[in-house]
Amino acid sequence: MPNLMPALPEIFLACAAMAILMLGVFRKKDDMRATATLAVVAFAVTALLVSGLGSERTTTFGGMFVIDGFAVFMKTLVLVASGLAVVMSVGFLEREEIDRFEYPALMVLATLGMMMMISANNLMSLYLGLELQSLSLYVMAAYQRDSVRASEAGLKYFVLGALASGMLLYGASLIYGFAGSTDFEVLARTFAGGHGAPHAGVIVGIVFVVAGLAFKVSAVPFHMWTPDVYEGAPTPVTAFFSVAPKIAAFALFVRVMVGPFGDLADQWRQVIVFISLASMILGAFAAINQTNIKRLMAYSSIGHVGYGLIGLAVGNAAGIRGVLIYFAIYLFMNIGAFAVILSMRQKGRMVEGIEDLAGLSKTSPMMALAMAIFMFSMAGIPPLAGFWGKFYVFMAAIDAGLVTLAVIGVLASVVSAFYYLRIIKVMYFDEPVESFDRPIGRAMGAILAVSAIVIVAFTVVPSPLVTEAEAAASTLFGE
Amino acid sequence: MDALLREYLPILIFLAIAVAIAAIAVGASWIVARQRPDSEKTSAYECGFDAFDDARSKFEVRFYLVAILFIIFDLEVAFLFPWAVTLGQIGMFGFWSMMVFLAILTIGFVYEWRKGALEWE
Amino acid sequence: MIQALVFYMFAAIAVAGGVMVISARNPVHSVLFLILVFFNAAGLFLLLGAEFLAMVLVVVYVGAVAVLFLFVVMMLDINFLRFREGFLQYLPTGALVGLVLLVELALVFGTWTFAPDAASVSAAPAPDVAAVSNTEALGRLIYTDYFYLFQAAGMVLLVAMVGAILLTLRSRPGVRKQDIARQLARRKEDTLEVRKVPSGGGI
Repeated sequence: MPNLMPALPEIFLACAAMAILMLGVFRKKDDMRATATLAVVAFAVTALLVSGLGSERTTTFGGMFVIDGFAVFMKTLVLVASGLAVVMSVGFLEREEIDRFEYPALMVLATLGMMMMISANNLMSLYLGLELQSLSLYVMAAYQRDSVRASEAGLKYFVLGALASGMLLYGASLIYGFAGSTDFEVLARTFAGGHGAPHAGVIVGIVFVVAGLAFKVSAVPFHMWTPDVYEGAPTPVTAFFSVAPKIAAFALFVRVMVGPFGDLADQWRQVIVFISLASMILGAFAAINQTNIKRLMAYSSIGHVGYGLIGLAVGNAAGIRGVLIYFAIYLFMNIGAFAVILSMRQKGRMVEGIEDLAGLSKTSPMMALAMAIFMFSMAGIPPLAGFWGKFYVFMAAIDAGLVTLAVIGVLASVVSAFYYLRIIKVMYFDEPVESFDRPIGRAMGAILAVSAIVIVAFTVVPSPLVTEAEAAASTLFGE
Repeated sequence: MDALLREYLPILIFLAIAVAIAAIAVGASWIVARQRPDSEKTSAYECGFDAFDDARSKFEVRFYLVAILFIIFDLEVAFLFPWAVTLGQIGMFGFWSMMVFLAILTIGFVYEWRKGALEWE
Repeated sequence: MIQALVFYMFAAIAVAGGVMVISARNPVHSVLFLILVFFNAAGLFLLLGAEFLAMVLVVVYVGAVAVLFLFVVMMLDINFLRFREGFLQYLPTGALVGLVLLVELALVFGTWTFAPDAASVSAAPAPDVAAVSNTEALGRLIYTDYFYLFQAAGMVLLVAMVGAILLTLRSRPGVRKQDIARQLARRKEDTLEVRKVPSGGGI
């Protein structure tokens, strides 16, 4: 009998998902308030369990499942993101009258998949976690089934996602065929110290795995689905998509690249550098012409993935620390920005245009201030948190000699500042056309406030997050 | 390996005979019979009526739902075979492992029952 | 000798069937060819000694997945001839992608060697087929060694079930159906009233 303790949070979350499903189906009413509350409680308890397990490296289930400091850090981020996303969804879905009790259950199941991805220590458990997460996300994208755009988003996401999963599987089977194992530790030992020039088969396999994972984090050139899915899916689903799955997939990316293939870094670094550059540049330029704010956020998230990939390309403890800090900050910036987007309603109708924000500073000054903080932070303007996130990855890149990458990163972030600042300009200097519906709801206000405070507070007291991230990153390079 | 394959030899022979008979039946009628088709002979024979429209019409989406639910339980049952064969060797843990799996899918079954997905209306 | 012959027969029919799947004009024929491919793939599995997989392929793919495909093909009432209009236009691009993949495969298999320590690192070596049947060998692993993956597969199936119902089930208003619970809960008092009718008076 395997040791179940390390997987206790996952087991609890799985039971919670089933309990939520049962509660929902046995209640008479088909609303989501009760199940959403349960889901938030479940996320909170799971987060407690995760932190209670401690960060000592333990494997179980025959080495297929691992927990370490890195897993604890990433799981906490994912749970926070999912919890906030549930809270933000309730009001919106109720107003749109598409609140059904399955929604929180699917979110919990998706989060379970993400936690399994983060803890994967075998190509097989990696794939199953990824599939559990992706399958739930496909359903969530098409959740508003009477809307043509949402159905289209779900279908596109499903078809392209299945293709990406196929590529990942193909790569995994090549790696298994040429290296003889799917276990990360065995693979790491096989490739240790560049042990012989690895076979072309292994390299091709790694490239296919990278392609599959790049799709999941929506890095260029596998980003095509992102703007359409982000625009078509219901806004709370988009808010969820842009944080939790992205963080989880990135954690998986980091674990696969520095774990089993860490000693082959010379072979894959150029690929990561390329997709990082392409993502940053596309994220910076393609967003400029957007008029729909959800599409803009899609391109913005592609750009942010590019900055995160710089840290992965560096591939040492400093680089991964940068990645962790970057995504912790990204989580709060994005959740906050989506809290504003979700509050964009005029006469009970959802609006998504950037012009609709015109004059927000006069109609609701606090919301405009919060949005300005998020946008300045995303643009990377000091002294806000977003600047420090970029600072740590760029520093790591320069220390590792990837100066060109860092310089292009800085240039891309200057370009992208243009469209972030344009939003601020629209909010502060354009004449208001029509004000948004008030009030935005207590939960939404609280999320806005908390995200803004976190962004500002990081500048004042950065040490807790930085030390945590440092400890978490070092567990990947232990010994 | 050879012993295993030898067990399937009858099936192979059976397949060969089936293919041969089918080929003979179709081929013989092609070669031996006199064929003088005209438009009346080759038209669809539907109790004397002409065919009204295309035989392919829209199916309801509910067929799809039933088929997908069937696949899921089909897979569940497929997992039961190796379990049943090895139950003596895998011990109590193996037994409970399957019970947990069945419990997960039973939750799904209860869900679909309560949702009315099994009713045709 | 026979084994090799049978292998080439299955492989050739599978490839030919695959070509027919994508080139058949009628999508229903495509699905039927797909079934042929499944059968031949099952035959190939059998030749490898993977008896269980061969049977599952027939039961699950031919028995269920192909039927689902047929439903889907029939459900979409679209003009498939128009659907193919872009075929020639995209053929060069598609062929190029296919060619690149083929070259890659050739490159990979050109350098094919078994990893030197593949046998030693393999977690669960397959036992001799003569001693242990394939089904039994799988059973020894799935439920104990691969407990985690097995339960994860259960969760994936659960999500598939919930997703399918959530996206396709709609309850139609105004359909009369039998509600057994309501029938049984009916009491005589609710429906039947006995009145004394005075003669000539009416109610």
